[in-house]
Amino acid sequence: MGRSAGMFEALKGGGAAIALDGIEISILRSLAVQLLELIGPGAPEPEEDADPLAVLFAEGNQGPTERPSDPALIRLFPDAYGGPGPEDRKVDPAELAARSAEFRRFTENDLRTRKREDALAVVRSLDGLAPEGDEGSAVLELTGELPLRWLGALNDLRLTIAARLDITEDDESAVLFRLPDDDPRKPMVMAYLWLGGLQETLVETL
Amino acid sequence: MGRVSVAPIEIERTESAEETFAVPEPDVPWVTLVHNDPVNLMSYVTYVFQAYFGYSKDKAHKLMLDVHHKGRAVVSSGTREEMERDVQAMHGYGLWATLSQDRF
Repeated sequence: MGRSAGMFEALKGGGAAIALDGIEISILRSLAVQLLELIGPGAPEPEEDADPLAVLFAEGNQGPTERPSDPALIRLFPDAYGGPGPEDRKVDPAELAARSAEFRRFTENDLRTRKREDALAVVRSLDGLAPEGDEGSAVLELTGELPLRWLGALNDLRLTIAARLDITEDDESAVLFRLPDDDPRKPMVMAYLWLGGLQETLVETL
Repeated sequence: MGRVSVAPIEIERTESAEETFAVPEPDVPWVTLVHNDPVNLMSYVTYVFQAYFGYSKDKAHKLMLDVHHKGRAVVSSGTREEMERDVQAMHGYGLWATLSQDRF
């Protein structure tokens, strides 16, 4: 088949495929599991015979109102009110914080569920591979909803790693991409760039 | 943390009384803003604008460039409820979005 290493290619009938070796499979799986741990469990499933209306209004079913303290989680679950631009400078910051808290209460649990399902889809599709040969290689084929789930998970992983590495717009971040091999951040930077290539080529197949 | 619990609301208002903060006006439309960040790929942001808003490739590409070069772009406008829905969707895609009342 001659697939290029580290790149998704479009499948004829729709979907995308990529050849992965054993190390790549294990890195991807490990990152996706770490993302699952970061996102954490969602709201508890209601009892089967519970009154649906009571469940809807139950206190425990509402999401958090406080922003997360972890920078990666703040990036995954940002405030909905009060951006960095000039638009909101005339609005009372306390009012913006109150609106963001209210928005978070009604949306964050759903958002966590979606991100968790995306990461779970990555783990499951990797677990479904049948690696062959000395390098444990396999061709991963994504069809149906899987390309979009992977796209979401790859993006969440890159956002998370960027928060850990403190990648910003300014030039200081450029240093990260020229680190010597013995720098402890090097493996994470390599993973970040590799995931970027995976995401870029997956977008191109859509 | 912190931001919500700065001080009792009355004190906050008294201190900033001279600034006269704007009060939401019902007739002024709201907008969804997408902000630039160093992580999201240009191709991905363009894809999201096409897939979610149904924008043409050209329009999606232009909005993406606005985000990239100007730091932010208005990607939709409407009622506050509609914009909350759009912001939630953008957060779902991992884009940094906020909603704001359009005063300009």
